[in-house]
Amino acid sequence: MHTETPAETYNYKVVRQFAIAAVVWGIVGMGLGVFIAAQMFLPQLNFDLPWTSFGRLRPLHTNAVIFAFAGSALFATSYYVVQRTSQARLVSDEAAAFTFWGWQAVIVLVAITLPLGYTTTKEYAEPEWPINILIAVVWLTYAYVFFGTIARRRVKHIYVANWFYGAFIVTIAILHVVNNLSIPVSFWKSYSIYPGTIDAMVQWWYGHNAVGFFLTAGFLGMMYYFVPKQANRPIYSYRLSIVHFWALIATYVWAGGHHLHYSPLPEWAQTTSMIMSLILLAPSWGGMINGIMTLSGAWYKLRTDPILRFLIVAVSFYGMSTFEGPLLSIRTVNALSHSTDWTVGHVHSGALGWVAMISFGALYHLFPRLYGLKEMFSIPAINLHFWLATLGVVLYTVSMWINGLLQGLMWRAVNDDGTLTYSFVESVEASYPGYVVRFIGGGLFLAGVLVMAWNVRRTIRQSETGALDNSTDAVQGASA
Amino acid sequence: MSSFWSIWISALTLIVVFGCWWLLWTVRRNQSSDKVENKSMGHEVDGIDELDNPLPKWWVWMFVLLILFSLVYLVLYPGLGNYQGLLGWSQVKQYEQEVAAAEEEYGPLFAQYAETEVPKLARNDEAMKAGQRLFSNNCATCHGSAGRGGFGFPRLTDDVWNWGGDPETIKETITNGRQANMPARGVNPNLSNEQLGDIVEHVLALNDRSEDSDAAERGEELYQNACASCHGPEGKGNQGMGAPNLTNDTWLYGGDRETLMETLQLGRAGHMPAQTQLSEDQIHLLAAYVYRLSGQHRKAEQ
Repeated sequence: MHTETPAETYNYKVVRQFAIAAVVWGIVGMGLGVFIAAQMFLPQLNFDLPWTSFGRLRPLHTNAVIFAFAGSALFATSYYVVQRTSQARLVSDEAAAFTFWGWQAVIVLVAITLPLGYTTTKEYAEPEWPINILIAVVWLTYAYVFFGTIARRRVKHIYVANWFYGAFIVTIAILHVVNNLSIPVSFWKSYSIYPGTIDAMVQWWYGHNAVGFFLTAGFLGMMYYFVPKQANRPIYSYRLSIVHFWALIATYVWAGGHHLHYSPLPEWAQTTSMIMSLILLAPSWGGMINGIMTLSGAWYKLRTDPILRFLIVAVSFYGMSTFEGPLLSIRTVNALSHSTDWTVGHVHSGALGWVAMISFGALYHLFPRLYGLKEMFSIPAINLHFWLATLGVVLYTVSMWINGLLQGLMWRAVNDDGTLTYSFVESVEASYPGYVVRFIGGGLFLAGVLVMAWNVRRTIRQSETGALDNSTDAVQGASA
Repeated sequence: MSSFWSIWISALTLIVVFGCWWLLWTVRRNQSSDKVENKSMGHEVDGIDELDNPLPKWWVWMFVLLILFSLVYLVLYPGLGNYQGLLGWSQVKQYEQEVAAAEEEYGPLFAQYAETEVPKLARNDEAMKAGQRLFSNNCATCHGSAGRGGFGFPRLTDDVWNWGGDPETIKETITNGRQANMPARGVNPNLSNEQLGDIVEHVLALNDRSEDSDAAERGEELYQNACASCHGPEGKGNQGMGAPNLTNDTWLYGGDRETLMETLQLGRAGHMPAQTQLSEDQIHLLAAYVYRLSGQHRKAEQ
């Protein structure tokens, strides 16, 4: 028996907007990814134009999937979760609306300026300074809406999902501002205030925490709400939540230096980054355990509920890539993997397997509830999406593992006289099959998102036309 | 790093590592039970309950082992401020050791050819296989895997040399690199584009390709003034300064009318980097391979 506050008192409008934006930007961002994946084996697709070259579209792809797709999913779910678990409406509808339109403006500006070649060249922080200022303003407003809502909560306890969303919002604010400190020389050009190696360290402190807080902490918040909710099971261990939350945020901020092994970065900084990355395995798996064990006693639901399947496979991929991450941070392993496709595979097992899959699960849970419906328009379509996504991410990661090892081993192979066995271009040639398989995997994943978009459109139309067989009123009527 | 910052960063590192330990220990000590009893914590929110289950034992052990490994690593390797670690490891030392080991292992292979004259070595098929591998690793990026060159990168399979093709000069080129510098409009910055066109016509005439003998004649006069100081009055070039021969229809940047005009208008500054990564013995062998590529070893035979 739940004592739920009636839905009208919550601001679902902004949640709906962000949820739809997540689907739209998912198609754009992943579509770009599939396109540049094709460029890797069909370079003619660069069209000999600067705007469509790999070098400009690749940052557009990463920004679109991280900030536009994943970002919108985080905004949508955090606004939903913070309201429901605080039993309070968002502190300000106007501020929330500003975050939506502000964030969309940021995305559009990035989508225009990056192909034109305006870039800071900092990975995942390519937008130039005017856009960065807008991002900061939107983000501070986001923090106000989120924490303001927490402050007016009608329950004493702050639910664990909100700890993670909160840590994500605070840390991203700090990371964004510190990494983007720069001196503008014109409206679309600025120079970082940090010199040389320090700039590299600050950039990777930011870059790895874009992964650690944007793509991990935020999505753990998502997991902590949608897994127990969809499974209708309690969280396995509150104590585990406490340990893995604090250990995770304390160690993640140190890990960035592992991107700079064997570089001019002082050895102590390389080492501290490496050991913190290793320790990080434990808090990461703490989250995975809590997610998966929440399902204990309800495993049978996986057979019938494709939404739960999305959520649980996502948590499994999270466990896998957070094992792989510490492994890759070890100096000697990194010496083999660095600059190879292994890194690309690792990122995508996290980005596709974890971030995207858990977002899909959360969005499928959300849409019917946001539109007053019992369930999505088509459950078989969710199932189809699930298998397309799973097959896609497996093809993607496996092909990149193989390519990565192949490249790493070919680059270091030497003849009896100490000369290199392979020229660089031979390793490129050997990577061709992997690039094609990766393209197929990415294509399948994208096809899944298109299925989802269709399903979402039909679901919304059902609510507009008032389909009685799928409305929550009908369910209550039936059970009464 | 000053000792303040050294202590500061060491302390922060250890606080985080031991802080993890303390957190783990405190939460574990305060557990209400070591068994999974699925008891509620009693703070249900939005229909989600949280259970008071213990930390999984295997996970606690994994956490502890990771912390212990990290502490041992910090004792052995540089990680705590200025402390250098018991093993005395550094990335530069590791690099130097690997290079020294490679030199010890591979040095004799190249040393065995050091005493053989280049023309003779170029006929030694076994040695040339090793030379080819050195070429693939160090030269092929620009000159092509078969040495055929490309735009701005000299072809090595003909016997045309901008800087000289005798063994000592080839070695000199590999060892110290080369920097060519043809100024825009030769040594006469006042030349008009029409006048440059005439010079192009003269250069084409030197290769029997002129279509306008009047222009070529005008061009010759201008050539003697603006170009001859490097390329010589007859256009035969000057290897001492890397000025190419203009009469053999072999071109580094292209010999068509348009490209020649571009060369004259903008100048050229070809650069070959010094191959400092190679040992003297390796350069000796590589020079023999380049010597062979140009076909000189066959002439030496005759």
